[in-house]
Amino acid sequence: MEEGHSHSDAHSAHKEGFWRRYWFSTDHKVIGLQYGFTALLFLLFGFGLMLLMRWQLASPGVEIPLLGALTPEMYNQFGAMHGTIMVFLGIVPLAVGAFGNYVVPLQIGAPDMAFPRLNMASYHFYFWGGVVMLSSFFVPEGAAKAGWTSYPPLADIETMGQTMWLWGMVLLITSSLLGAVNFIVTIIQLRAEGMTFFRLPFFVWAQFITAFLLLLAFPPLEAAGFLQLADRLLDTSFFLPSGLVTADGPLEVAGGGSPLLWQHLFWFLAHPEVYVLILPAMGIVSEILANNTRKPLWGYRLMVASLIFLGFFSFIVWAHHMFITGMGTTISAFFQVTTMIISIPSVVILSALMITLFGGSIRFNTAMWFALGFLPMFGIGGLTGLPLGLAPTDIPLHDTYYVIGHFHYVVAPGTIFALFAGIYYWFPKVTGRTMNETLGRIHFWGSLVAMNGIFFPMLIQGLPGVSRRLFDGGLTYSFAEGVIHYNVVMSVSAFILLLFQLPFIINFFMSIKRGRKVEKSNHWESTTLEWSAAPTPPIGHGNFATVPTVYHGPYEYSVPGHESDFCPQDVPVALSGSDTAKSVES
Amino acid sequence: MQIPYEVQARPDTGVNNAKLGIWLFLASEVMLFGGLFAAYVFLRIGADAWPGMMMYGTEVMAERADEILNVPLATLNTMILIASSVTMVMAWASLKMDRFDRYKLYMGLTILLALGFLVVKGFEYGEKFDHHWYASTNNFLGVYFVLTGLHAIHVTGGILVNAYFWGPGTKLWKRGTARDKAHFTNRIEVAGLYWHFVDLVWIFLFPTIYLI
Repeated sequence: MEEGHSHSDAHSAHKEGFWRRYWFSTDHKVIGLQYGFTALLFLLFGFGLMLLMRWQLASPGVEIPLLGALTPEMYNQFGAMHGTIMVFLGIVPLAVGAFGNYVVPLQIGAPDMAFPRLNMASYHFYFWGGVVMLSSFFVPEGAAKAGWTSYPPLADIETMGQTMWLWGMVLLITSSLLGAVNFIVTIIQLRAEGMTFFRLPFFVWAQFITAFLLLLAFPPLEAAGFLQLADRLLDTSFFLPSGLVTADGPLEVAGGGSPLLWQHLFWFLAHPEVYVLILPAMGIVSEILANNTRKPLWGYRLMVASLIFLGFFSFIVWAHHMFITGMGTTISAFFQVTTMIISIPSVVILSALMITLFGGSIRFNTAMWFALGFLPMFGIGGLTGLPLGLAPTDIPLHDTYYVIGHFHYVVAPGTIFALFAGIYYWFPKVTGRTMNETLGRIHFWGSLVAMNGIFFPMLIQGLPGVSRRLFDGGLTYSFAEGVIHYNVVMSVSAFILLLFQLPFIINFFMSIKRGRKVEKSNHWESTTLEWSAAPTPPIGHGNFATVPTVYHGPYEYSVPGHESDFCPQDVPVALSGSDTAKSVES
Repeated sequence: MQIPYEVQARPDTGVNNAKLGIWLFLASEVMLFGGLFAAYVFLRIGADAWPGMMMYGTEVMAERADEILNVPLATLNTMILIASSVTMVMAWASLKMDRFDRYKLYMGLTILLALGFLVVKGFEYGEKFDHHWYASTNNFLGVYFVLTGLHAIHVTGGILVNAYFWGPGTKLWKRGTARDKAHFTNRIEVAGLYWHFVDLVWIFLFPTIYLI
C-alpha cells in the first residue's frame, strides 16, 4: 500500500497541463470522474426541478421565493426536463459512464478502455448534449414541454425548445453508442490472463449486457429523432395524421403520418432503457453484498444467465407501454405474455441476492445499508409493475400517479440507492480515504424514510385515477378529493429528502480532503481485482504496477481451509473448497 | 502505456480491438437504418395511396415510385457504389501485397467514385426541387429525402475517412516498421468494412424506394 502511494506521487508529478489532465483526459479513471461529477450535478438539478413542481402541487398558485408563481407552461417544461435530465443526463451517465468507466477496466485487469480517445469523445458528446438541453430553457417560450417521451403530434407542433431537446438527444445518443462499443470491446478483448467470462465480477457482466442494450436499442430512437426533426424543420408529416386541427386552426401539412409510429420507435428504446437503468445498479449491489456478507454470491451463474435472458427479452416487451393506443388485443396479448416472462429473471436475480444474505456474518457499513435498502425498494418497484404489464389492469392505471410511483420506486430508492452504495463503496478506492460512517447512516435512513414518503402516496393517489400531468394536483376532479391531501405529504417528504442529501454532500467533499486514510490498499478485504491488484488510490494511466493474472472466480469469500476469509482473484493458491481449484493445479 | 491487441488479434477471440469495434458499430447502424426502414413500412402500410398526391402545378396522383424518381440515375449510382466497393478491397489488398503505389491509386479511385455518387445524387435532388417536390410534399418524398439524405451523410463521412487515409493518415505506413504497416493495413480494413456497409445500405434503399 505504501508502494501505491509513492507510485501515485510519481505519476502526478508527470508533466501534463490542467486541460490535458482533467478535461481532455484519455484515462478511463479521470473520464469516469468527469462523468460522475457532471451526472451528480444533473441529478441535483433534476431534483431541484421536481421540488419546484412539488411546491406547486402541494400549494397551487402560492408564490415560490425568488421565482414567483409557477405558470402551467413552466410546470410542463419542468416536468419534461425532470424526466429527461434524470434518465439521460443523471442516472445512466452515473451508472454506466462513471461507475462503468472507472471500475470495469480495473475489475478485468485492463490498463485502460480499448479506445481511450473514443472514451474522451463519449464524455464530450454527453457534456455538450447536456449543455444543449440546459440552454433550451433560455430559448423563446422555454424548454421542451411535451414530456420526456416527446409524443407527437404535440411534440411536432410545440415551440423551439422541442427542437433543442431533439438535438440534445442526438448528442446524448451518439455519446451512448460510442461508449457502448468501447465497453463491449474492452470487456471482450482486454480481460487479464485467466479472467474467463465466468470469472468476471457480476458488475462487469451487468455493464456488458447494458452496453449491448445501449448499442442496439438507442439507434431506433435516433432514427425516430431524425424523423421528428424532419417533421419540425422540413415540415414533413411522419408523425402527423391528416386533418389535424390545433388552437390556431387546421394544420397546413401533407398529413398521412402516424403518431403511433413514434411511440413504437420510442418504446423500442425506452423499454431496454429501463434495464439500462437497473442492471448496473444490480451489479453494484451484488459486489457490495458479496463483500459485506463475506460469502460468494448465491447462484452466480444463474444470475448471469438471467441477465442475458433479460437482455434479449427486453427487446420484445416495449408495447406494454401502449396498451391504450388501440393496437388490438392480439398484439396486446403477445406483449402481456412477454412482459410476464421477463419478470422472472428479475425475480431470480433479486432472490439470489436475498439468499446471499442467509448465514452471512454481515458487516453493516453505509455502502451495505444502501445495498440492503435497494432490495425491498426495488422489490416494491418491481411488484407494482406487474399490474401495469397486464392490459386489463393497465387500462385504468395508465398515465396515473400509480405509474409514477411504480417507476420511481424502481429508479429512485432502487437505482439511486445502489449508486449511493457504489459511491460509499468505491470512494476509498478513488481517494484513498473513507467517507464518514455517521453522516452516511443519517443520509441512508433519512433518504429511505423520505423516499417512501414521496412515492408510496403516489401509488395510493393513482388507484382512483389521478392523472400524472395535472398542474394543480387534481383540485378540479371530484375523484381526486379523497386522496388529494397526500400531495402535502409527498411535497413535505420531498423537501425532507433534500435536507437529508446535505449530510451526503458535506460528507463527500469533507472526505476528499479530510476523510480517514485507508490503512491498506484492499480496504474492504475484497476479492476482486480493483482492490486486490491495483494500488489505492490508483496510480496514473495504466492502472496496474504489474499486470495481474487471475486464478479464481470473483467471489471466493470464506473458503473452507483458507487462511483468511477472502481469497483475491489474483492470488495463486489452490482452493480445495472451490470449483475453480482445478484450474490452478493444471 | 500500450493498449493490448491494438494491432495483433487476441488469440482466444481471433480479432483485434478495432475490428471488433467496427462490427459493433455496424450492428448499431443496422439498428438505425432498420428503424428507418421499419418506419417506412409502417407509414406505407397505413397510407391510402403510395406515393400518393403530388403537387405540380395541379395535383397529380402518382401510383408508382418511378413516376417520380429517376431510376436510370439511381441505377448508375448503384453501379458507382459497387465499383467503389471493389476498388476499396483492391486498396486493402494492395497493402497486403506491400504495393503502396497501387494503394494510393485504388484509394484515390474509391474517393473519386464516392464523390461521383454525391454529384449524381445532387442532380437527382435538383430535379425534384425543379418540380417543387420537397420532403414536405408527402410522406413518400419525406421518406425518400430523409433516408437517402442520411445515407448521403454516411457517404460523406466515408469520403472524409478515406481521404484522411489517402493523405495525412499514410504517415503511419511510411514509418515503415512491420508493426506500423500491419496497423495501417488494419485501419484500411476497418474503413473498408464501413464503406461496404454504406454500399450495402444503398443496395437496400435502391429497390425499396425506387423500384417497389
